[in-house]
Amino acid sequence: MLIKKPIDQDAIRGLSQISLPFLFAMVLLAAPMVLLLAMSFWTQDFLTLDKSFTLNNIREAWFEPIYQVLMMRSLKISLIVTFVTILLAYPAAYYMSFVAPNRRKPLLVFLITIPFWTSYLMRIFLWKVILGYNGVINSTLIELGFIEKPLEFILYNQFAVVLTLSHAWLPFAVLPIFVAMERMNRSYLEAAQDLGDSAFQSFIRITLPLTMPGVVAATLIVFVPTIGDYVTPKLVGGPDGLMIANMIEMQFKKANNAPLGAALALSAMFLVATVALIFVWLNRRYLKSEGAA
Amino acid sequence: MMKKYLGAFMVVFVLFLYAPTLLLPLFAFNESTIISFPLSGFTLNWFSVLWQAEALQAATINSLIIASASSVTATGLALLAASAGVRYSFPGKTPMMAAIMVPMFLPEIIIGVSLLTVVLLAGLNLSIFTIIMGHTLICVPFAIAILRSSFQQLDQSMQEASLDLGESRAVTFLRVTLPLIMPGVVSSLLISFTISLDEFVIAFFLSGTEPTLPVYIWSQLRFPRKIPSVMALGTILLVLSVCLLAVSEIVRRRNARRLGQQDTGGAWQ
Repeated sequence: MLIKKPIDQDAIRGLSQISLPFLFAMVLLAAPMVLLLAMSFWTQDFLTLDKSFTLNNIREAWFEPIYQVLMMRSLKISLIVTFVTILLAYPAAYYMSFVAPNRRKPLLVFLITIPFWTSYLMRIFLWKVILGYNGVINSTLIELGFIEKPLEFILYNQFAVVLTLSHAWLPFAVLPIFVAMERMNRSYLEAAQDLGDSAFQSFIRITLPLTMPGVVAATLIVFVPTIGDYVTPKLVGGPDGLMIANMIEMQFKKANNAPLGAALALSAMFLVATVALIFVWLNRRYLKSEGAA
Repeated sequence: MMKKYLGAFMVVFVLFLYAPTLLLPLFAFNESTIISFPLSGFTLNWFSVLWQAEALQAATINSLIIASASSVTATGLALLAASAGVRYSFPGKTPMMAAIMVPMFLPEIIIGVSLLTVVLLAGLNLSIFTIIMGHTLICVPFAIAILRSSFQQLDQSMQEASLDLGESRAVTFLRVTLPLIMPGVVSSLLISFTISLDEFVIAFFLSGTEPTLPVYIWSQLRFPRKIPSVMALGTILLVLSVCLLAVSEIVRRRNARRLGQQDTGGAWQ
């Protein structure tokens, strides 16, 4: 039975305003996702699509060693990148919020945001220029006489992917942490100091828990897109640094196997969602144990 | 003591952030075709090469069309969603808002392949239109995030006054609400425009015979002798986006001063 609540004018206005953007999201996101799911149950033979139901693609995506390797490598790289990024972004945000004088803050934020808006593709590509065989590092080291032959181990491997991705996502991690720090009530810190906490103690017991929402936001902002990154592994990863997105693209385009591509894409999405939920859950537990939630 | 270390860290941090970008102008004006040190001499050759590349001009025009269309559409949709989200309560609000914000939390490749699947199954042709749809989808959440704070800062009594004095809702929106949230609308347009202009993966999946600027750059990266002109192009893009950012920052500060708000940077809002 439907319980009919009296719907007032406001609710009607709200619903009518949200209907268009909601419909747009349904048509362009939900419906395509459903089709992607359907696609993963089908089979493609060159260009013809066989629409009889099969779980083969999902099975292949989950149990074929090559896809397992790519999936785990993507997860590993993405986790390392997230960790490195947060580790570097946190002290930077701390400096911006707690050390820098107030009048300098807008300038610092501006400085951090500029790389945001320079071409992503160019930023990634520049790392190839820096790390390459004839690249900036190698040619400089040779010129200075430190080495005779170019170092080959710095490009086309997972290290290069981690370095490049971390650099590309650093600004995105600083801002949410900085915002969380700005929102923090500073009088807690004064109270802690008055009550005899050392600077380090009050950081661990007050600043860290209170800025955790910013850290979690930064974690998700970095983790989610990097696991599906296509450009970086392709440009600087070499064969050992390829990630799952490169395989998805290959299945959709060159390999003419969209169903397997769909199964891989959905599996990657499932993986991202699971890990993201674990992050959020861990954070809740941590905050509860700190008594801040 | 700690503060000194943090200050030093910040300097290194910013240098690290900018180091690769500084190479762009360096090699854009460098004479040699090979990208390495030492530099070999000053040239404007790579810029004139760009000037003659017709494919580049076509790609730029495609990108500008796509970015304009997606930013306007996304801002329009976001205005509706943000207004509904901030000002009204209605059944199903949370799940509906969440559904609209989802693209922010999805890897772009997922959006790319799911839209490609639709295009394949529906037998449509890949075109500028399909890219506009994809870009609008990813821009809407960012636009909502910006406009939401504009609506939150809005003084409701202004609109109530207008309604009490007999203006219709539509006119109130156009003459009272819109001017008040204009800075938010402008930065939403600007940010959506920049996101679309820079977006590669979705455009890569959804572009047919009409590449966008990033897709064009991607195609050039495979040829080593094209690299210096790509560097020149990158330099131009860099200068343009810094100018765009600086202008929007100046406009934002002037607005903040006019409204007498405390200026705390605000670029993240």
